[in-house]
Amino acid sequence: MTTENDDTFDPPYVKGADDAADTQNQLNDEMAAISKQYENAGKEETQPRLDYAPYRSSILRHPTKDPRHADPETIELYAPAFGQRDVHALESDLTIQDGGEPIGERIRISGRILDGDGRPVRNQLVEIWQANAAGRYIHKRDQHPAPIDPNFTGVGRCLTGDDGSYSFITIKPGPYPWKNHLNAWRPAHVHFSLFGTDFTQRMITQMYFPGDPLFALDPIYQSIVDPKARERLVADYDHDISEHEWLLGYRWDIVLSGSNRTWTEDDSNV
Amino acid sequence: MSENTERLVPTPGQTIGPFYGYALPYEGGEFLVDRSHPNAVRLHGTVYDGHGTPVPDSMLEIWQADENGQVSQEPGSLKRDGYTFTGFGRVAVDNVGHYDFTTVNPGPTEDGKAPFICLTVFARGLLNRLFTRVYLPEDTDALANDPLLNSLSEAERASMIAERQADGSLRFDVHLQGDDETVFLAYPGI
Repeated sequence: MTTENDDTFDPPYVKGADDAADTQNQLNDEMAAISKQYENAGKEETQPRLDYAPYRSSILRHPTKDPRHADPETIELYAPAFGQRDVHALESDLTIQDGGEPIGERIRISGRILDGDGRPVRNQLVEIWQANAAGRYIHKRDQHPAPIDPNFTGVGRCLTGDDGSYSFITIKPGPYPWKNHLNAWRPAHVHFSLFGTDFTQRMITQMYFPGDPLFALDPIYQSIVDPKARERLVADYDHDISEHEWLLGYRWDIVLSGSNRTWTEDDSNV
Repeated sequence: MSENTERLVPTPGQTIGPFYGYALPYEGGEFLVDRSHPNAVRLHGTVYDGHGTPVPDSMLEIWQADENGQVSQEPGSLKRDGYTFTGFGRVAVDNVGHYDFTTVNPGPTEDGKAPFICLTVFARGLLNRLFTRVYLPEDTDALANDPLLNSLSEAERASMIAERQADGSLRFDVHLQGDDETVFLAYPGI
């Protein structure tokens, strides 16, 4: 176990007994009403809503004003550079630990990171974190009574290749309960943190697994009110990535927002 | 992709959630320069929610030019060598929503431009990241000519300009919601 050394820790997010009083059915009704409004409005959305009350923690944490449109200035047209100094090649394999093999379904997640013009995002940092096969994070705020796996921390990093490709070997995470409402369960997911070529492309998101029965019940997933848009977070099973007697493969491609830099032939090298 | 004229639709973002603490923050993340750097500046503040309550599970990133307005493209932000200015920092707020970076004042990237630090905000409960700018308060001529600041009301403008404290620190609070709500930015292509 790691991260147990912060003795100032005070669990401010642990709520009282009545915080999770709403039922799943109440949540479903709220989410259905928002979906209906979205369909009737007829204006396509591609990102999550910041103001999405079924995700209770968002209520006091979303801006109420529309964002201001800004023309990117020089610093915003670049992103920090990461290199071999920052990331060791072994960090992309989350199943390598000192003690032994982690428990669970061994999987590989591979894909490409492109910008909004289809240009590969090269040599850039990708970070992931996730629960173990039992749905438990190695984090002291995670009090879910599922077992910690001593051979799995669930943290990985890599740099993309020249074609924008990334690949991680890991364990399929389990779903886990949370306190949004009564009997609330998150669909199994892997958190992804991504940089582009411009700082304006910075994003953090979650990758999901195909066919999860919890999708319809989860307000974080449903905060992306457009069905096509939220399906972009679901990986595909890819048998060409699976390896004989070793692991199952998933493919998930990521598109960042457009770059606003003026690209030269030399820069883009598409 | 034979047709490059058609833009791809960006993948949606999602909240950072509550459990990033063991994954994303790293040792030295808040030190763009060492405290002993002769021009070291403390950039600090608190992240608040719509009730004015500090948010204890937020993570901030900054990205900035160096003192001469040069944009670093040097690696080494995750494994700092103590000498190279990479321009990038990351820190998780503490239990009372407070953050600290140690950096230098950015120079203007072009003559006459108002220098600023890019700031990105992530938090549990925040369904997608937010962007803003931390302007330095000193160059009032440059601030007066800044197109973004000029499009804002007085209060909004003030929310993007850091306060220089007596010890030289920059104070910049983030208000996710409410009367003092920070101005957040949308860029073309998002």
